[in-house]
Amino acid sequence: MSRPRKIALVGNPNAGKSALFNALTGARQKIANYPGVTVERKSGRLVLPTGEPVELTDLPGAYGLDATSPDEEVTSKVIRGEFPGEAEPDVLVVVLDASNLEQHLVFAQELLALGKPTVIALNMVDLAERDGLVLDPAVLEEELGVRVVPTVAVRRRGLTELAEAASSAGLREPGPSLTEIGETERRVAAHAMANGAILSETRQRRLHARLDSVLLNPWAGPFVLFALLFVIFQAVFAWATPFADALEAGVGALHDGVTGLMPASFVRDLLTEGIISGVGSVVVFLPQIVILFAFILAMEASGYMARAAFLMDRMMASVGLSGRSFIPLLSSFACAIPGIMATRSITDPKDRLTTILIAPMMTCSARLPVYAVIIAAFIPNESVGWGVGLQGLVLFALYVAGVLGAMLVALILRRSVTKGAASGFIMELPKYQLPRPGDLLLGLWQRAWIFLRRAGTIIFMVTVVLWIMLSFPRAEPGQSQVDASFAGKIANGLAVVVEPIGFNRDMALALIPAMAAREVAVSSLATTYAVDASDEDEEAAELGEQLKGRWTLPMALAFLAWFVFAPQCMSTIAVTRRETNGWKWPTFMLAYLFGLAYVAAGATYWLAVWAGL
Amino acid sequence: MTLDQQPIDQKVRIVAVDWDQLVPEEARRLRALGVDTGAQVSVSQRGVFGGRDPIALRIGRMVVAVRRAHAAAIEVSDLESTPA
Repeated sequence: MSRPRKIALVGNPNAGKSALFNALTGARQKIANYPGVTVERKSGRLVLPTGEPVELTDLPGAYGLDATSPDEEVTSKVIRGEFPGEAEPDVLVVVLDASNLEQHLVFAQELLALGKPTVIALNMVDLAERDGLVLDPAVLEEELGVRVVPTVAVRRRGLTELAEAASSAGLREPGPSLTEIGETERRVAAHAMANGAILSETRQRRLHARLDSVLLNPWAGPFVLFALLFVIFQAVFAWATPFADALEAGVGALHDGVTGLMPASFVRDLLTEGIISGVGSVVVFLPQIVILFAFILAMEASGYMARAAFLMDRMMASVGLSGRSFIPLLSSFACAIPGIMATRSITDPKDRLTTILIAPMMTCSARLPVYAVIIAAFIPNESVGWGVGLQGLVLFALYVAGVLGAMLVALILRRSVTKGAASGFIMELPKYQLPRPGDLLLGLWQRAWIFLRRAGTIIFMVTVVLWIMLSFPRAEPGQSQVDASFAGKIANGLAVVVEPIGFNRDMALALIPAMAAREVAVSSLATTYAVDASDEDEEAAELGEQLKGRWTLPMALAFLAWFVFAPQCMSTIAVTRRETNGWKWPTFMLAYLFGLAYVAAGATYWLAVWAGL
Repeated sequence: MTLDQQPIDQKVRIVAVDWDQLVPEEARRLRALGVDTGAQVSVSQRGVFGGRDPIALRIGRMVVAVRRAHAAAIEVSDLESTPA
């Protein structure tokens, strides 16, 4: 028996090919790279209703057989059987997005002209229907001369019918090639076919147009966007408070419970002062991180994110970037790592590099614990009027400082190291959708889990190591334990460097473990003061109280300014190395960000001292 | 006349695109989104804070954001003066 027949999924990007592929093959798939190119090759096994096993390949999305990108070249060559080592597919399954027929039918006509056995998957018909668009597959079948099967990959609708149609599809007469009839003719034909297949269409488009006329309005649009961003930052502080208080009470109860249960010993101290104080001080920020991600996920799922990019394009253009950079940068407010990975959608390499380099300046969620604890301790919880809290305002100012810094750096970089042609901005603005609560909850759960896993692994480890380094060697009577410890001695050395910008020894000490992850700065301070306090036989006060007693306001502000810029996250450096293929740009990033942090903290400190704060 | 000069919501047909004015990559993306000879388009929004950039185009069932420079490279005519 010869090799199993090969069926290839082909279509425009975003036609839902991958979802269809996953639904058809389930777990029986293999992901590798095509030799010589960094294009993913996805294949899997599918058993047809006739019992015949076939190989199913998911080809990279393309707009036409006339390749203009590495992805398209792979697709074009595989379909023609010209890709070395890759068998020519026996059957093509052309995947079309039912809501975008007019665009997708252009490539489909080109594929049909090849004369191969072909079936059409009219995919995502549910989304089209939800949008008020009902299509008639029979009309398309008549026009195209092949079977057209409506499918909903994510709900597994139409899969059996599609497999059946694919198994019985036969050879057809080859049609005229692209050189014989032009793309314009295909486009006009696609327009006619797409309109001809519409059974009914409601006026939902009017609603979308009306939403756009407000949200993209030259004056109202930016106002709505900035108001939304401001609400997000207020919410992060205000809505999270009851949950954070409850978590904090839980951590406190656990601390007291363990203290009560165990006899005084090294292990008890490690558990209570090291692990519970350290990890607990980070975990209490979970509600704030969940709220921030809830807004970002909802903006993405609703289609508003692309509108935000549209509104921001003018501003981004003034520093040499485009609205396209806005999405990775906004994601970086949650975490720079997905943000830097999202820069892959930026086609211009200089644009992309600039966006990567400034992404760490967007205030990520790991900075929130640091900001939150310092703000809560030093900024009075009072209103400045209109229901706006001073604490929220300071938090907003820190975010703005990061954004302005990033814009300034982008402006300079685009005129120096990443000089190049002005970037353009071409982007589809997707239809508005109500985010599905299930998808949002799943996304939130994943983010929360990542945060808790970090708290349970990196932060846990760093906290334990720090606690041990702080606890040994033991102090002589009358000497402070922190002064006597290994960690204290190291920090004394670093303190010389950061003294000119107003940092004390404890702050210097917090900076070292914070290289692993920024939020560790909080747990290090908590651990340091817990070690110190227990040594001095004091009641271990809450971290905020400790800070108030030991730091001045200018010191606290300088510490905040440092964290606006400092690249205190090894994972970001690692992902930058991966995305830029080398150590050159991560090194550059480290150097300029530390430089900026040092200058900003110093300037803040001395200005605050001068102002008598 | 070019697309960037069209009043908001005026439906027009693309009669020619000066691809040489555009970066090849951008030309490719525009074509992929259906911006090409024969397509029917209209400007749905223009600019932010009184500026003239960017422009939101309505094409087919999609809304596509482009810069004014792109729209300036697109020659259009009234729907009536060209065959459907």
